[in-house]
Amino acid sequence: MAEYQNIFTQVQVQGNPEWGMHTESAERERFGKGSFSTLIGWIGNAQLGPVYLGWTGLVSLATGLLALNIIGLNMLAQVGWSIPEFIRQLFWLALEPPSPEYGLKIPPLNDGGWYIIASFFLLISVMSWWARTYILAMEHKMGKHIFWAFGSAIWLFLVLGLFRPILMGSWSEAVPYGIFPHLDWTTAFSIRYGNLYYNPFHALSIVFLYGSVLLFAMHGATILAVTRYGGDRELEQIVDRGTATERAALFWRWTMGFNATMEGIHRWAWWFAVLTPITGGIGILLTGTVVDNWFIWAQEHHFAPMYDGSYGYEAYGSYEAFIGQEN
Amino acid sequence: MFPKWFDKWNRDNPTNIYGPAILVGALGTAVTVAAFLVIVGQPFKTESLQTGPRGNGMARTEFVSDLAKPDPAIEVMYTEAPYVPEGGEDLAGDIYQNVQVLGDLTDDNFNRLMLAMTDWVAPEQGCAYCHGDVELDEYGNDDLYTKVVARRMIEMTQSINENWDGHVNSNKQVGVTCYTCHRGLNVPSDIWFKLGDVNKAAGGWAAVQNKVTVQSQYTSLPSDALETFLLDYGRISVHDLEPHVAEYPSQEGVVSWQDTERTFSLMNYVSNSLGVNCVFCHNSRAFYDPEQVTPQWSTEQLGIGMVQEINNDYLVPLEGEYPPERLGPVFADAPKAACKTCHKGYQQPLQGTNVIADWPELATTGAPVYE
Repeated sequence: MAEYQNIFTQVQVQGNPEWGMHTESAERERFGKGSFSTLIGWIGNAQLGPVYLGWTGLVSLATGLLALNIIGLNMLAQVGWSIPEFIRQLFWLALEPPSPEYGLKIPPLNDGGWYIIASFFLLISVMSWWARTYILAMEHKMGKHIFWAFGSAIWLFLVLGLFRPILMGSWSEAVPYGIFPHLDWTTAFSIRYGNLYYNPFHALSIVFLYGSVLLFAMHGATILAVTRYGGDRELEQIVDRGTATERAALFWRWTMGFNATMEGIHRWAWWFAVLTPITGGIGILLTGTVVDNWFIWAQEHHFAPMYDGSYGYEAYGSYEAFIGQEN
Repeated sequence: MFPKWFDKWNRDNPTNIYGPAILVGALGTAVTVAAFLVIVGQPFKTESLQTGPRGNGMARTEFVSDLAKPDPAIEVMYTEAPYVPEGGEDLAGDIYQNVQVLGDLTDDNFNRLMLAMTDWVAPEQGCAYCHGDVELDEYGNDDLYTKVVARRMIEMTQSINENWDGHVNSNKQVGVTCYTCHRGLNVPSDIWFKLGDVNKAAGGWAAVQNKVTVQSQYTSLPSDALETFLLDYGRISVHDLEPHVAEYPSQEGVVSWQDTERTFSLMNYVSNSLGVNCVFCHNSRAFYDPEQVTPQWSTEQLGIGMVQEINNDYLVPLEGEYPPERLGPVFADAPKAACKTCHKGYQQPLQGTNVIADWPELATTGAPVYE
């Protein structure tokens, strides 16, 4: 088998750990010496550590762990503090938002109070991690693309748990913290507001989500396919186009008439990824606040077809024929 | 391992064996699969029951092998043709003591129905299950709860056949008898009880859900759907065409996603009870829209009304009659019925078998009409 036809990364670098950039705060707050693992080298960089969390990272980890523990301990209380039952029913359990009657008031602890507290800590955790992406990028003199991309995901998170509940006047509108229960919420949310599939922003979000998947697969495959010509050196190839880029570009141009460039493909991917939660968040924010029934909205905007009346009842199956009892 | 000349020959004649091996393997597998399909046929054939307008995927799909198996309860069902009275016979009400609901029957038909009921409900215990281990002349006593309950259940069966014709006989004449629910068991399968808060560690909305219960059909949906809708006449629909501009979920009576989840729980229960899916009754693009539902939706509406009446007029009032072991585990409430109690996973109970044909006595609350 050829070396490049592999599931796992074929080139590993192991030796003295790469220490990273020397910044003042990094010198002070970085910990660990860095070690190597052949196993993780199969899927990424073989070097593990050192880790530089900084104060934002520490705050984020601490509050995130608190939120996770509040959720987990609530679930554990629901199964009478039995670990085996906790494992058995884990996918069914949830920390639910308050009952609707409490509105935006602080509810009792056992009816959404813990939910509000966990959400508060989760909010701090996410926001301080967001700050960390900015501070780290600044220290490394990088662009802030990761910060903004994470911000788009935070937008959706805030719409679901903060903005929309406030607009609706009730914390009960937030999403439960649980595996199946959050899916129950999704279904009920869609049905309550007349079928979310007719929400154009939901449709856009799906386009960008599936588009991201497609772009990622196309790009990953293209680069792996031209690695033998140096195509993996994507950044150099942006300004110093070699045969790898030429071949990759030609492949797509001959396939679909158009090709991205070594620079452009990354902008495509970034925008598709970022627009997924941005459009999704807009769609959620409008639901129940501006639009009460998306199916009716779609009919009013000539977006959902009306039946012309020919229901074709004569073609409907009969139960007797279905179970083979028809004489 | 191999002789030297062989190793040398191998070295001198390097050959790619992987390419041909993969080719031969793939081709061989393809030929084998193709031959299998041609000779044996598709082993997982399915059949679809179209339930909505063409082209929108409204259908119920089943494996042909499953459809070929009839409900095993049909074959073992006991039934017996009536003795058509010639006029002038003594009636059960005159012959026996304390006959309150079947007094209009001739002796032959009365005993025929009594015999059938033992087969449908108490095949092990026989007559003694309701009448006790006593002499025949004491059969009029109401000493046992089973007899009191059975009398009320006969009235219920007659009422269902007479007053809920639109649900029970919506497709064709099938009717119901004791066997429709009991199937040879003292207590029918798929009955239900009130559960209350299934999640003791939480209050309010969180308390009634996220537990694996029969009432939630093993989902994390609310476990109080049957109680809310089929006992307490709760509002099932979650949408209407009124403006909701000035409404907030915190207000009383405003339908929230929580209410929707409870309705979803009921709908999921109905689907499982009938072995169907959402599009059996609804066009799933607009669940709420009564203009896009299928003919079955109306049948289902009547079914919900029927179950509410069965529970509130017949089953719940019997609560005081039952011994403790027949009552619910949480509230000691009377056992209640719902879709699955009759349907048992089939679109039509007993797959649409006409069970009432032989039993005019159960088809009406008045005097039976023999033809």
